[in-house]
Amino acid sequence: MEGSTSHDFKANATRELANADLRAALSGSDRTFVAGRARVVANLPEFDALRDAAKAIKDHTLANLDHYLEVWERRAREAGGHVHWAKDTAEARAIVLALCKRAGARAVNKGKSMIAEECGINEMLEANGIRPVETDLGEYIIQIRHETPSHIIAPAIHLTKAQVEKSFRETHTGLDPARDLTEPRALLTEAREILRKKYFEAEVGITGANFLVAETGSSIIVTNEGNGDLSQLLPRIHIVLASLEKVVPTLEDASTILRVLARSATGQEFSTYTTLSTGPRRADDLDGPEEYHVVVLDNGRAAMLGGEFHEMLRCIRCGACMNHCPVYQAVGGHAYGWVYPGPMGAVLTPALIGIEHAAPLPNASTFCGRCEQVCPMRIPLPGMMRKWREREFDKGLTPRPARQGLKLWAAFATRPRLYRFVTGLAMGALARLAGRKGRLRRLPLAGGWTRYREFPAPEGRTFQAMWAEKRGRP
Amino acid sequence: MSGPRVGLFVTCLVDLFRPTVGFAAVKLLEEAGCTAEVPQAQTCCGQPAWNTGDRKTTQAVAKGVIAAFEGYDYVVAPSGSCAGMLRVHYPELFVADESWKARAEALAAKSWELVGFLVDVLKLERVAADYAGIVTYHDSCSGLRELGVKAQPRALLAGIGGLHLRELADAEVCCGFGGTFCVKYPDISDRMVSNKTKSIVDTGADTLLAGDMGCLMNMAGKLQREGAAVRVRHVAEVLAGMADRPAIGEARDGGEGA
Amino acid sequence: MSAEVPDTAKSRAAILGAIRRGLGRDGAPTRAQREAPETRLATHPRNLQPARTAGADHGGLAHLFRHYAEAVQATVTEVADMASVPAAVADYLRRENLPARAVMAPDPALDAAPWAETGMLSIRRGKPTESDEVSVTSAFAGIAETGTLVMLSGKEHPSTLNFLPETHIVVLSADRVVGTYEDVWDRIRRKMGGAVPRLPRTVNLVTGPSRSGDIQQTLLLGAHGPRRLHIVLVG
Ligand code: SF4
Repeated sequence: MEGSTSHDFKANATRELANADLRAALSGSDRTFVAGRARVVANLPEFDALRDAAKAIKDHTLANLDHYLEVWERRAREAGGHVHWAKDTAEARAIVLALCKRAGARAVNKGKSMIAEECGINEMLEANGIRPVETDLGEYIIQIRHETPSHIIAPAIHLTKAQVEKSFRETHTGLDPARDLTEPRALLTEAREILRKKYFEAEVGITGANFLVAETGSSIIVTNEGNGDLSQLLPRIHIVLASLEKVVPTLEDASTILRVLARSATGQEFSTYTTLSTGPRRADDLDGPEEYHVVVLDNGRAAMLGGEFHEMLRCIRCGACMNHCPVYQAVGGHAYGWVYPGPMGAVLTPALIGIEHAAPLPNASTFCGRCEQVCPMRIPLPGMMRKWREREFDKGLTPRPARQGLKLWAAFATRPRLYRFVTGLAMGALARLAGRKGRLRRLPLAGGWTRYREFPAPEGRTFQAMWAEKRGRP
Repeated sequence: MSGPRVGLFVTCLVDLFRPTVGFAAVKLLEEAGCTAEVPQAQTCCGQPAWNTGDRKTTQAVAKGVIAAFEGYDYVVAPSGSCAGMLRVHYPELFVADESWKARAEALAAKSWELVGFLVDVLKLERVAADYAGIVTYHDSCSGLRELGVKAQPRALLAGIGGLHLRELADAEVCCGFGGTFCVKYPDISDRMVSNKTKSIVDTGADTLLAGDMGCLMNMAGKLQREGAAVRVRHVAEVLAGMADRPAIGEARDGGEGA
Repeated sequence: MSAEVPDTAKSRAAILGAIRRGLGRDGAPTRAQREAPETRLATHPRNLQPARTAGADHGGLAHLFRHYAEAVQATVTEVADMASVPAAVADYLRRENLPARAVMAPDPALDAAPWAETGMLSIRRGKPTESDEVSVTSAFAGIAETGTLVMLSGKEHPSTLNFLPETHIVVLSADRVVGTYEDVWDRIRRKMGGAVPRLPRTVNLVTGPSRSGDIQQTLLLGAHGPRRLHIVLVG
């Protein structure tokens, strides 16, 4: 898969684990995201019941997805909007490019959109001489650093403020070297000034969508900065990129999901800006875009319907699963090697780019279950990672050492007598090897363990052997 | 003895590495009025295969466990992850095979993690044991999230004379063991267990307790590699008053420390 | 530059076909299959409503609204009537050391206030430019549940007023405070009329001033939108 290094997760992870900046940058997320979620959840007694309701809404919507999409499309058109359908990312890029060219665009403002990342919109625009300007602060920072987002709602979470300062100094020509930029406030002011000017230059604004509302033909974005709003209100053309599972039936249904979205994502009761966009500006409106386009992207999602990964289509991209994932917190989002990191990425990425390109992702989990515990849409993430492991195993993609080890283990585990005999001998030998120290510093075949830990020695005899002696054979 | 007949699912790690925990479990069950038996035809619950995506092998192992244990009133394991395998995952294993599915479900319904069983089923409120020390407790993931084991060990520990519990920051965060995960992704696992041992040492506790041998061996091995003077034990050892043996990975009398 | 926007009808058919295959449908949904979704769309039933605002009277709702708005760093002044609004606005600007100059929505609802009489405010009506530092608008509703303001675009209320200036002052009459989001949808449906509601181009739900946590998770106000959101609650 072009542009993906998901197959190299292990090497990526080792690299990221050695990244001291990443460690420093991620060290605060427990206090913000995790504690924040816990606080607002405690403030809303109905939270878990709302999760059930949100899940039910999506289940119902997915079961009638064709119908709701058609209704949404009809109403979006009735409101003066244009709807374009893209089977894959190439079609999406072609539509966006054509719209930009027709508008004579030289610059495009972008609100945060994971679908734009999935489609490689920025690269495509640049290749065609059109300047994409990321306006979300985090997205802007990683754009000037030529990086990709490491988190679906906090794209620059892997960076420290010192790294941001360095990048600003390198790219903002004309920035006074004497100006103090050590504090986040100063960095924000600097970014705000730079981006202010750019808002008025773009002919096209591109945003994502958190929801498409069938009842009204609207799209909804949820943000905190207000950049997504300026990006769609100031340019002449507003293009929305939305994947097809974003549709919900009614405003009431969107409201229910909104109640769990921000709480799960950032630990806010509600995000600062929830914006419903319906068609282009009306005849007597004083501002707003003259054209409103929505590109509906499939790119493998329709094929997930009715299959083992159907439930993943309930995902509302809140990021709670990665905020609570100890593996994500250790390696950061870039290790996952493609657009979607963390537990949701470990399930979604193989579905979108193929398990053969992403096999390590669903394996990189201890199945600790914390993601499923917090997922507002009650997506059984560990269970689906296991399903990917089954597919991997059935396709013969599981690495040989693991397969062979498993075979050997199975030969014993299914033969209790042989098992008792061999383990009795082995544990005795291990205990003798450890001697009185009670543990081993090194152990053949267990280098992954003893590189970092002592290996606690067995007591010497197995429980089974001692029990048989004590209670007599049954 | 009267009382329910309990089949003890020893678990492979307890069987091989820490028989003391098996005896502690038997003692606790018998003191609570159960008849504890240990079927010989048991090996492992099948998690290594299940978590590798090898459903066929898992089914083969599970059938052995089901056949060995289905005659008991209850199946009890001193491990949240093995009990969770029996209780939650065995029924998922046999989607297409109705008769095995029914047997798996019947077994699942009577399978329990040891401490959860003592408190929730046997309504045990107190154990007769003492332990002088400050302990901290790690909530192993499967026990916590698949079986809801959280308050039960704390309730019993609270009644132990001389024991003072100091809660661990991030007690509910995974220690990085994860079965084969710790050997498949040793570097990540190391970061996770390092975070955990830091929290453990920060509590100032002299003893770490948990309910799963895998997590315990992982944390004990890391604490010892770091030279931390924290003793690591399975919670059953303390509840059964059997904490007089060397702790996990600890030197036996007269042996030098590593 | 040639700019042939691709016709995506074929992709549309392919995508809907793939969806239908996934759902195990032979073709377009049958009448029976359409019934549940059509009813849902037509009746838009409410899902579970949090009890937080249930049973509160007007005063109670206004109180909750203020509580939750202040929790997200909005500031609130309460005044008795529209006549007191200009002075309250001027006061606020003075307190915050801001210029006594504002761009104001061409909204007749704001005409009831004696702006000229105050004499200390210079006001322009219309949409904002880059150099406007303060905007004044009304709001269609306030939502007590989370201290959220609702703004509808239209000739009386350009949406950029909600985002461009650094300070946004909102005049909200207390009787426009409702309990939940769903209460607002019902009000909008009533206002817009018709069997199928046609929303205004832009509906903004605003909860506190603009913010970002993108620099090392430090919460900062005023990322792109307003740094200050001040609400004058009337009545
Ligand atoms: S999988 Fe769940 S927790 Fe993760 S982003 Fe999606 S909705 Fe949020």
